[in-house]
Amino acid sequence: MANNMATVVRDVVGTYKKDATKLLDVVRDVQKQLGCLTDETIGQIAKEMNVSRVDVDGVVTFYHFFSKKPVGKNTVYLNNSITAQMNGRAEVAKAFEEAAGCAFGQITADGSIGLFPTSCIGMNDQEPAAIINDVVFTKLTPARAKEIISGLRSGKSAQDMVTAYGDGQNQHPLVKAMVHNNIHKAGAVVLAPFETGAGLKAALGKTPEGVIQDIKDSNLRGRGGAGFPTGLKWDFCRKSQAAKHYVVCNADEGEPGTFKDRVILTEKPQLVFEGMAVAGYAVGAEEGILYLRAEYMYLKNYLESVLEDLRKKNVLGKNAGGQSGFNFDIRIQMGAGAYVCGEESALIESAEGKRGEPRNRPPYPVTKGYMDYPTTVNNVETYCAVARIMKEGAAWFKAIGTEKSAGTRLLSISGDCKKPGIYEVEFGTTMQKILEMCEGTGAKAIQVGGPSGSLINSSDFNRILGHEDLATGGSFIVFGPNRDILEVVHNFMEFFVEESCGFCTPCRAGNTLLLHKLNKIFAGNGTASDLKEMEAWSKIIKTMSRCGLGQTSPNPVLGSLNKFRELYEAKINKGAEYLTGFNLAAAVEASCKAANRKPNLHHKD
Amino acid sequence: MKEITFKIDGKVIKAKEGQTILEAAKENGVYIPWLCYFEGVKPAGSCRVCTVKVNGMAQAACTTPVSEGAEVDNSSPELEDMRKALIEMLFVEGNHFCPACEKSGNCELQALGYRYQMMVPRFPYLWQMREIDATVPKIYLERNRCVQCFRCVNGITTPDGKKIFGMIHRGERDVVTIDPELAAKMTDEEALKAMNLCPVGAIIKKEVGFKIPVGKRKYDTQPIGSDVQK
Repeated sequence: MANNMATVVRDVVGTYKKDATKLLDVVRDVQKQLGCLTDETIGQIAKEMNVSRVDVDGVVTFYHFFSKKPVGKNTVYLNNSITAQMNGRAEVAKAFEEAAGCAFGQITADGSIGLFPTSCIGMNDQEPAAIINDVVFTKLTPARAKEIISGLRSGKSAQDMVTAYGDGQNQHPLVKAMVHNNIHKAGAVVLAPFETGAGLKAALGKTPEGVIQDIKDSNLRGRGGAGFPTGLKWDFCRKSQAAKHYVVCNADEGEPGTFKDRVILTEKPQLVFEGMAVAGYAVGAEEGILYLRAEYMYLKNYLESVLEDLRKKNVLGKNAGGQSGFNFDIRIQMGAGAYVCGEESALIESAEGKRGEPRNRPPYPVTKGYMDYPTTVNNVETYCAVARIMKEGAAWFKAIGTEKSAGTRLLSISGDCKKPGIYEVEFGTTMQKILEMCEGTGAKAIQVGGPSGSLINSSDFNRILGHEDLATGGSFIVFGPNRDILEVVHNFMEFFVEESCGFCTPCRAGNTLLLHKLNKIFAGNGTASDLKEMEAWSKIIKTMSRCGLGQTSPNPVLGSLNKFRELYEAKINKGAEYLTGFNLAAAVEASCKAANRKPNLHHKD
Repeated sequence: MKEITFKIDGKVIKAKEGQTILEAAKENGVYIPWLCYFEGVKPAGSCRVCTVKVNGMAQAACTTPVSEGAEVDNSSPELEDMRKALIEMLFVEGNHFCPACEKSGNCELQALGYRYQMMVPRFPYLWQMREIDATVPKIYLERNRCVQCFRCVNGITTPDGKKIFGMIHRGERDVVTIDPELAAKMTDEEALKAMNLCPVGAIIKKEVGFKIPVGKRKYDTQPIGSDVQK
């Protein structure tokens, strides 16, 4: 076994030419062959790659899909997002546990099945969903869960158990997924038909500066959520003097409730890659990287084939778009399960084979990005808009939407509505109108922009989608009249505690403390002072945190305290100044259990 | 090199271009409290204690370069309270028993606690389980006291540039660890350097202790920051 381990490690490390920037790939491939990464294996990888073992250990323990303990021959990662919960996740989880004979977080005695929870996998419109050996299973039921486990036990592969495929390119021979696109509204920018190559051709007819000017004139703002002007970003990047420049596409959509990039990459990957080529021309880059979240591994081979096809069509490669001297190609870098990698500098760290910890800024990626070269990182949807703007013109694009928010926005709608799925709507559309489209009748709240975004109630339904009012990275979760909003808040805070990278104090400790406070209130030990403290602590976390994760993670708490304060009021002890939340009897019982002795403290029951 | 002029709490500060706010403040006799920063080591910006408001924006002074004409707030009560909150967070997240710690009196976290007159943290203790690693010859790693400052991670490397210390896990489980093979080769000098680099008692050199008695240590006689503040 040990010899086998050493051989596997040597072979895999050899495949990646001992390149330390490929550490994530090395770890993934080794785990695939050996089942997990023991300390011994980690030491061997470090030795073969000539790095410190803390570098390898750091990476292995940072990413959700890497493990030091065996994860089972077949590994079930059941999504634990709020919409999964709303659609019967608990029953499905129970069925998995019963069928497998082990609890979540464990593997079966024979090592054949492992059950693990995972953060949102981008299937919010078809929950409960799970990833089993990189194969996606949607709309799970308890019966289906049992069927899957018995199938895996009988030696079938996960792919064998996908009997019906979804629509569109989900049926592609290289995808064969049961995932559905659920496109309910196609808009003019992203989902409308597009002649491959037309955008790049138009761009190559201009100077790089001219392309940047067009993007500036179009008022395009980044679609990741922060809304930074794309043209300005490219301008900074182009003007940064360096031997090389890089173009990176952020396909790490991890914000719970977002799945539009998954649909774009399924149906419109050519548009994305073409937009990246335009960016390459504009900023002076020859290399592009698509950073794809591990959850979308099932799209990788398909996307590779699309890239190959684009090379054949000369949209990519040497003299791309027929322009002599313009060389541009794209490679795919897989993530390994970390929400924080959606933050652009963390994404770059991860793409360099390191822990996905955000960097200090300045310097910004446009001056020092991938391998310290100037890098522009843009969202999947942003690149689609770029290609379209090149074809249709800046003025055409600018005329869509509002003055401050030009163009369309892909919404990933899920939750309590009759038609969850993808809607490409113009900026400026009201919440009410969106609710009508997706048939979210009687909604009492919407989470716009995912957990890090805004929680709104019916008094806000006349507000509009846009950077000037309600911004979103695409997530739009509807909560019906009977939903317990505090349960939603709790789910979101658990998510942030799980996904904080742990680098800075306020985010690492602060979010845990906020979650403790919520638990205290839920346990019936809350007072008015706890609510005040939650507000104060939230402010500390938001102000003092280093990156966008901690700067937004208290939003669910603050938003619900603002919009649904009565729910907290109903749970706290009115009039009580302070409650410790300490239960002596329970503490004695726990300590006795731990020490294996009988309580000698007499207490009333 | 170009000279930059800016203000901290109204006081005019002269700095060199490319300097950080914290370095410039130190040179000008202005104390900005810090914990993860250590002169000569690449700043991590992880503790956030040195957060100042630059033209209203919260920024870590140890990683933010000076900018011409900037107005920096280093003393507003709200900011000071938030810094104090971070110190309290570090106290409740680890397991700090000062009286039994070899670093007591030389500990920067403890000294900041005194400087900020922390009586009792506003946060509940988290009582996290943290393992002690005493497997390497020269030092032991007392993770209960670690404040994730990255000083050892960034400041201690082998002659060929490999890290001896590094972080593992993420989020609330994030802890420091060591490469046992590389750490085994550390000299007494390097072990002492690591211990002195650590702001708290998380890295302790084996076999020697309490050379300087408690009461005669660095922060026993004057508050932290006194050497900077003019």
